[in-house]
Amino acid sequence: MKKISGGEILVRSLKKEGVEVIFGYPGGAVLPIYDALHDAEIRHILMRHEQAAAHAADGYARATGRPGVCMATSGPGATNLVTGIATAFMDSSPVVAITGQVPTAMIGRDSFQEADITGITLPITKHNYLVKDVRELARTVREAFYIATTGRPGPVLIDIPRDVSGGKAAYTDPGPVDLPGYKPVLDPDDAAVLAAAQLIAGARRPVIYAGGGVVISGAHEELRQLAELIMSPVTTTLMGIGGFPGNHPLSLGMLGMHGTRYANYAVCECDVLIAIGARFDDRVTGKVESFAPEAKIVHIDIDKAEFAKNVRVDVAVRGDVRRVLKRLLAVLKGAAHPAWLEKVDTWKKEYPLEFGENGLKPQFIIRELDRVTQGKARITTEVGQNQMWAAQFFTFTRPRSFISSGGLGTMGFGFPAALGVQVACPDETVFDIAGDGSIQMNIQELATAVSNDLPVNVAIMDNGFLGMVRQWQELFYKRRYSHTELYGPDFVKVAEAYGAEGIRVTEPVGVSAALEQAIASPKPVFIDFIIEREENVMPMVPPGESIDKMLG
Amino acid sequence: MVRHTLAVLVENNPGVLARVAGLFGRRGFNIESLAVGQTENPAVSRMTIVVEGDQRVLEQVVKQLRKLVEVLKVQDVTKEEHVDRELVLIKVNAEPAKRAEIIQIVEIFRAHIVDIGRKNLIVEVTGDEGKVNALENALKPFGIRELVRTGKVAMLRGAKEITASEGNSQEERSFPFER
Ligand SMILES: Cc1ncc(C[n+]2csc(CCOP(=O)(O)OP(=O)(O)O)c2C)c(N)n1
Ligand SMILES: [Mg+2]
Repeated sequence: MKKISGGEILVRSLKKEGVEVIFGYPGGAVLPIYDALHDAEIRHILMRHEQAAAHAADGYARATGRPGVCMATSGPGATNLVTGIATAFMDSSPVVAITGQVPTAMIGRDSFQEADITGITLPITKHNYLVKDVRELARTVREAFYIATTGRPGPVLIDIPRDVSGGKAAYTDPGPVDLPGYKPVLDPDDAAVLAAAQLIAGARRPVIYAGGGVVISGAHEELRQLAELIMSPVTTTLMGIGGFPGNHPLSLGMLGMHGTRYANYAVCECDVLIAIGARFDDRVTGKVESFAPEAKIVHIDIDKAEFAKNVRVDVAVRGDVRRVLKRLLAVLKGAAHPAWLEKVDTWKKEYPLEFGENGLKPQFIIRELDRVTQGKARITTEVGQNQMWAAQFFTFTRPRSFISSGGLGTMGFGFPAALGVQVACPDETVFDIAGDGSIQMNIQELATAVSNDLPVNVAIMDNGFLGMVRQWQELFYKRRYSHTELYGPDFVKVAEAYGAEGIRVTEPVGVSAALEQAIASPKPVFIDFIIEREENVMPMVPPGESIDKMLG
Repeated sequence: MVRHTLAVLVENNPGVLARVAGLFGRRGFNIESLAVGQTENPAVSRMTIVVEGDQRVLEQVVKQLRKLVEVLKVQDVTKEEHVDRELVLIKVNAEPAKRAEIIQIVEIFRAHIVDIGRKNLIVEVTGDEGKVNALENALKPFGIRELVRTGKVAMLRGAKEITASEGNSQEERSFPFER
C-alpha cells in the first residue's frame, strides 16, 4: 500500500470524522500538517491568536453539536490553547485540539518550543494523547473524536511530534473504537426511572431545574413535553438557556445568583426538584445548606460523578438525558397543581425583571436586539454584566442559540466563539454581546472576521468599567473602585482600521436603527453602546447567601 | 477521616500514573502509599493506593477515577475481606555487641537479615501494618538509619477477584440510588 505522510494521514482521518473546518495557527512543529492541508478539502480558518482558535472551535461545536477542531504549533501555540480548552472542559463541549510537538527524540530536553502540553492539559481535557508512532495516528484520531463526542462530551487533545506528522505510513481505516475503560452508559436503569417517576408523581409543588445537559443531548422537546405533562415550572441554568422556550408559560427563566426572584423562590418552596443535566454549581445553589430545603431531589445526568457531589440526592438516574426523559414520559401520568402554579404566577407578576428608564440602558438594548431579530439571532456573550443582561433580557426559544462561557467564565470567549458560530451557521445573524473589557481580550480577531467574510456583530455594552467587578466593589467593598475603571480605545475606529464597520450609539433612540444597520451589513460590525456607567445586574444573591435572599 | 485502600486497574500506558495521582492531589487528598506493578495481564497494571480523607470527597475521587479512559476498574477493598502486605527494608545500627539481640527480634517477627555491614544490618520484613510497625518500634532503640517501604498491596480473600476482564468494569452494577 502507498505510504503517505503523517500530515496526510491526519487530514484523511479528520475527513473521515466529517470535519469540515479547522480553526488554527501554524508554526514549525506543525509544518508537515499544514503542508498536507495546503491542497486538502478541509477549510482552514487562520485565526490571529490560538486562544481564539480554541474558542472558535468551541463556538462551532456548541452551535452544531458536532465536534469543533482547533490546531496550534508546539510550545507557545499549544499553551495559548489552554484557556480555550479549559473553557470547553468546564462546559462539556466537544472540542478536538491538535498540537504539534518537537520530534520524539527531542522530547524531554527543553528543546526549542517544547512544552509538555499533555501534562499541562491533564486536568482540563476529557482525555489526551501523545502520538509516538505514525502508525498509531489514524486510530488515535478516531478514538479522540469518539471520546470527545460521546457520553458527557469534552475536549480531547492530540499532541503530534514533528517526526510523526512528517513520517510515512500506509493509511488503513482503524475500524470501530473499543476502549475497555470507556463505555458510556446511555440507557437508564429501570428501577431508577421508576423511583424517579414515583417521586415526581407524588409532587405537589414540583420544579424542573434544567442545565446544559438538556441542550447537549437534544432533549428540549422531551423537556417541554415533561413540563406540560406534569405541569411543572421550569428554571434553567445559564448553560440550560434555550433548552426550554423562554416564552413558555411554565418558564421561570434562569435561577441562581442573577436568576429571577420567582425562579429562586420556586426552588426554595418546591417539594420535588427535578434536576436534569445540571450540576448544582455554586452560582446556582448559593448557600448549599439552604438550597431547595423542602425538596426531595431527583437528579438525572449522564455523569455519575455529578450525583451527590455538592447536594444530597434522593433519586439519581444515570443516562443520556433525552433517553431518560423519554422513559419517564412513558411511565408518568398527567398532573395538575393549580394552587402551586398560581403562587408561582403571582411571584412572576410581583417580581418581574426590571430596569430604569434614564439614559441608555443595556437591558433595553438587549430587549431591542430580541425584538429586531424576532428572537432568532444566535447570541454569544463575553463575561461580566454583559453576559448576565444577555441571559436575563433576551428571550431564547431555541437550543444552541445562547452560547456563553458558564463554568470557567472566560472573558474573551464571545467574539471568537461568534466566529465559529457564524462559520457553522452562515445564513444566520450572529451577535456577540460584549463588554468593553472582554472584547479587548480577543479584539485581534477582527482581522479573522474581515478576511474570512464572517459578518458577526458585536454589541459592546461600553460602561468604561470592568463592570461586574465594579459592581462587587460597590456592594461589598464600600465603592472602592480599585483598578476597575477601564480606558478603552475608540472601538469604532478600531473596527474601521481592520476593515470592519463601526457604529456608536449614545441614546436609546439610536438603538434599533444601529442594530438593523449591523444586521443588514455584509461586514463584521462593532456597535459601541455607551451605556449608563454604573448600571448593576439585579437581582443578585450575595455570595454565600441562600438564593431567596436577593438584593435589588 | 477514614482510611481506605483502593485497588485501581489501569491500562499499562505511559502517563497513566500521573493521571491517577493527579486526581488525588487536585482534590486535596494525600496519598499515603501507592504501589504499582504489572498484573497477570501485561497490558494491565494494578495500583494499590492508600488514602485517608473525608468519605464524601473520597467517593467523588473514586467516581472521577472511574471516568479516566485508561482506568479499567476501581475498587475500595477496605469494605471487603482482604489481605494486605507491605515489604519494608530497615537499616539498623548493629554494633557487634548488639547483634544477637537484633537477630532475636528479627526471628520473632519472622523477618530476614539481608545484608550485614560492619556497623549495621539490613532487615527485610513483610507483613501487614501492625507487624511492620511493631518491628520498627522494636528496632528503634538500636537506631534506625534508613527505612524504605514498598507501599501496601492488597488482595481480596477467597474466590472474589479484582480483574479487568469482567466486561464493562467501570460500572458498579445495581446502583440506582445515591445515599
Ligand atoms: C479572563 C478573565 N479575567 C478576569 C475575569 C474576572 N472578571 C469577571 S467579569 C469582569 C469584568 C468584565 O468587564 P467587561 O468585559 O467590561 O464587562 P462588564 O461587566 O462591564 O459588562 C472581570 C474582570 C474573567 N472572568 N476572565
Ligand atoms: Mg465593561
